[in-house]
Amino acid sequence: MAISFSNASTRETYGKVLVELGRENPDIVVLGGDLNKSTFVHLFAQEFPDRFYDFGPAEQNIMGVAAGMAASGKTPFVSTFAVFGMCRPFDQVRISVAQPRLNVKIVCTHAGILTGEDGMSAHGIEDLSLACSLPGFNVLAPCDAVETREAVRTAAQTPGPFYVRLYRPATPVVHPDGCDFALGRGEVMRQGLDASIFATGVMVATALQAAESLVQEGVQCRVVNIHTLSPLDEEVIAEASRDTGAVVTVEEHLAHGGLGSRVAQALGRKAPAPLEMVALEGYTESGAPDLLMEKYRLSQRDVEAAVRKAIGRKAG
Amino acid sequence: MDDHGAIRAGEARPSVEEMEAIAKGLRRNILRMIFTAGSGHPGGSLSEIDLLTALYFGVMKTDPGNPRWEGRDRFILSKAHACPGLYAVLARKGFFPEEELLSFRQIDSRLQGHAHVMTPGVEMSSGSLGQGLSFGVGCALAARADGARRRVYVMLGDGECDEGQVWEAAMSAAHYGLDNLTAIVDRNRIQNDRFTDDVMKLEPLADKWLAFGWRVLEVDGHRMGDILSTFKQAAESQGRPSVIIASTVKGKGVSFMENNPAFHGAAPSREEYDKAMLELA
Repeated sequence: MAISFSNASTRETYGKVLVELGRENPDIVVLGGDLNKSTFVHLFAQEFPDRFYDFGPAEQNIMGVAAGMAASGKTPFVSTFAVFGMCRPFDQVRISVAQPRLNVKIVCTHAGILTGEDGMSAHGIEDLSLACSLPGFNVLAPCDAVETREAVRTAAQTPGPFYVRLYRPATPVVHPDGCDFALGRGEVMRQGLDASIFATGVMVATALQAAESLVQEGVQCRVVNIHTLSPLDEEVIAEASRDTGAVVTVEEHLAHGGLGSRVAQALGRKAPAPLEMVALEGYTESGAPDLLMEKYRLSQRDVEAAVRKAIGRKAG
Repeated sequence: MDDHGAIRAGEARPSVEEMEAIAKGLRRNILRMIFTAGSGHPGGSLSEIDLLTALYFGVMKTDPGNPRWEGRDRFILSKAHACPGLYAVLARKGFFPEEELLSFRQIDSRLQGHAHVMTPGVEMSSGSLGQGLSFGVGCALAARADGARRRVYVMLGDGECDEGQVWEAAMSAAHYGLDNLTAIVDRNRIQNDRFTDDVMKLEPLADKWLAFGWRVLEVDGHRMGDILSTFKQAAESQGRPSVIIASTVKGKGVSFMENNPAFHGAAPSREEYDKAMLELA
């Protein structure tokens, strides 16, 4: 009954695919901020030392330099941790990158509370909200290492600014046999008519496990992987809402401004239904990632409870 | 001839006297724009305009008919509130019609309140201080990676040097030995609220840039001949970036605006405008 997944590292996959992209496209350059082994861009630096630039932990400067390189025809990838690549230099991303819509790819690792023991300063739980607030920005939260490969390739090949969110620990692989990644399109991973679960990033695996477990109670959930938070696939959300009449969002991020807010907007505009959000409500603390996920109500059990609650709120 | 004095579109380089006359005309256009808009930043536009005139008419390679020409030198106005000065010089060069200047700050205009890339000839969108030098570092690194000879110029305000990002960028430009990059500090000694010395002491400013690994040149930012020779010196830098600290007068050219903090970001009244235009006639 319970499904289990093997684990793989999204950031290590990123480092490897970046080297492949570097071989294919000589315009790709990589900018780092003294965290280059942690983000795995040191692999790119080893193979392409002339196309790799370290700026130390000076993220404001990094974003501006990336913008200048993009305006000069390069395809810069900027990599650091989520808190340093979106939260800290938000104004530089806004002014230097988003407003002129420059071709800068911000790929951040160590997102969310999975960063664990480093504590709340290191937990990037506002990054999706910030990135989604920028008009014209493509915002991706791949659900596993397999999807990370496709997401990063898509970012490299699609003109315009991107934010891609990756993790420190290895995370469940929900696409062991590969995936078809389409920018801006939700991926329906499981069919069902009793409730819809929209999940993003690492929580897709948790959502699938919860859906499988709920079958015992006679509940069939549709599970949709929202790997692209912006632009959002409002059609797949509206369709699932109409088909099931009850909606749950699941994310390892603040409810405010993240997937829950995004889905609520889409439902309000297109197909209102009872909505429950499994998400963070505030800042957390140091601790082992699995214990943090339990304490801050992001476990499989919490998803199952949210589904029951949403179904209970259906009219009639 | 490839001494960075070449003007691409077959245009002869004006004499020093001609450039001085051009700058005077640009001062009038700056005031026309700001008076018509009813808002804007005259002080810093007037303090920078001799430097901008020298750059666009005597130093940089540009092609007004093809603003994105790959071989162009890059000018980045980091102090983007002083965009009336930039718009005036771009229009005079022919990047867009001079009539368009009066649409400054109006709805549906290409001339935004702070410089944005929607304007032909504007390289960078800005308006939040401190970001232009980083952008210039990116342009300079890309030029070097491409083996291109284009040069990059970034205009900073002196008050803008309060921003920490300026110094992050300064450190990185020296680290990468970007001798194709020249920063210009419009040292007019006044920022938004007050005199820079009262807001945040910058001196010794030259020593700061020196300590960050830059070649420092100083010039009177209103003496056209000296400005041109200083840019020539800057272009000869080897192995390190150069900064020109240009001593200027905020509001230069209009007696009651000169050295007057009230005209950092305020449009002149009708009476003040008429008086200013008489002085600049």
